Amino acid sequence: MAQWFMLTLVGKDRVGIVARVSTLLFEQGAHLGEASMMRLGGNFTIMLMVRTENDVQTLKMLLQKIANDMDLHIHIENIDGQLHQHKLPNMRISVYGADRMGIVATVTNILVEVGFNILDLESDVGGSQAQPIYIMHIEGYSETPQEEVQKSLDAAVAKDGISTRISHIDTLIG
Amino acid sequence: MAVLDILQYPDERLKQLSVEVSNFDTSLQYFINDLLETMYAGPGGVGIAAPQVGYFKRIAIVDVSKNPKLVSNGCMILINPEIKKWEGMKIGREGCMSVPDFTGNVIRAEAIEVHAQNVEGKWQTFSCVGYEARAVQHELDHLDGLLFLDRLVSRRTDLFQRKKYKKK
Repeated sequence: MAQWFMLTLVGKDRVGIVARVSTLLFEQGAHLGEASMMRLGGNFTIMLMVRTENDVQTLKMLLQKIANDMDLHIHIENIDGQLHQHKLPNMRISVYGADRMGIVATVTNILVEVGFNILDLESDVGGSQAQPIYIMHIEGYSETPQEEVQKSLDAAVAKDGISTRISHIDTLIG
Repeated sequence: MAVLDILQYPDERLKQLSVEVSNFDTSLQYFINDLLETMYAGPGGVGIAAPQVGYFKRIAIVDVSKNPKLVSNGCMILINPEIKKWEGMKIGREGCMSVPDFTGNVIRAEAIEVHAQNVEGKWQTFSCVGYEARAVQHELDHLDGLLFLDRLVSRRTDLFQRKKYKKK
């Protein structure tokens, strides 16, 4: 019986990784689900939902040649594949400031306190090497009013020069 | 009155161009009543376009008045609508009854002026802002066979927040 796996590939970025991996999976009769590919610190990273009749060992064996050829690390995990159940975010939080240790920990702990469920998080380190800046975008859902979340965030990070801004996400279903 | 079936993408009919309404008769009134009922029965219930129920005429309805915080014109019946003016642009999250379980970011004009006929054929002009303007643009796209999927921008796309300077 076909089951869902989460395939993670990490390695040196180069042209053609996604094409090669997806072609092999297609030729093996595997279905792909949701995926997220990103370059993180110049590295290639992808997390890919794969549905196949194969087991973890077989899937890993099939992908090993590509991994060896392209300097990639493979990780495969059996997962519960839940499609068609997207949760809608109602708030988007943008955070930026001079990079320092603890920004993510401080911000996300405040979010836990206000019952904010993170649905999406992405961050970048920009600025110059001498003066790096940290930029993070979080989307999620919370019943706590936006003003209260903002107040808690300000109280925790504004003194360190970290700016946070919350915008309401009002999803239009037309 | 009846709740009509909603076409769901990948139904190719959603890509069809709708034609102008020329007969403002009682059958039009009946259809609009059904369309209204279908819209209010939907998950968001703020807008609907005739092609979404497989009727390829230039008819759309927008009603964002359930949310008292929003600036609104109430229930707008828009027949043969045309947007005459656009101003500003903003990213917002959209979904669609014809595209279940997916929402994405779309850039729309912040303020518009729309010219349309009502159910008796009389021309009216509405000024719409914010969420209501977004809903009108979303519904009018359906009349041209466009879905919000045609206008998606990346999740990582953001518009700079505009600073509001006070005029001296």
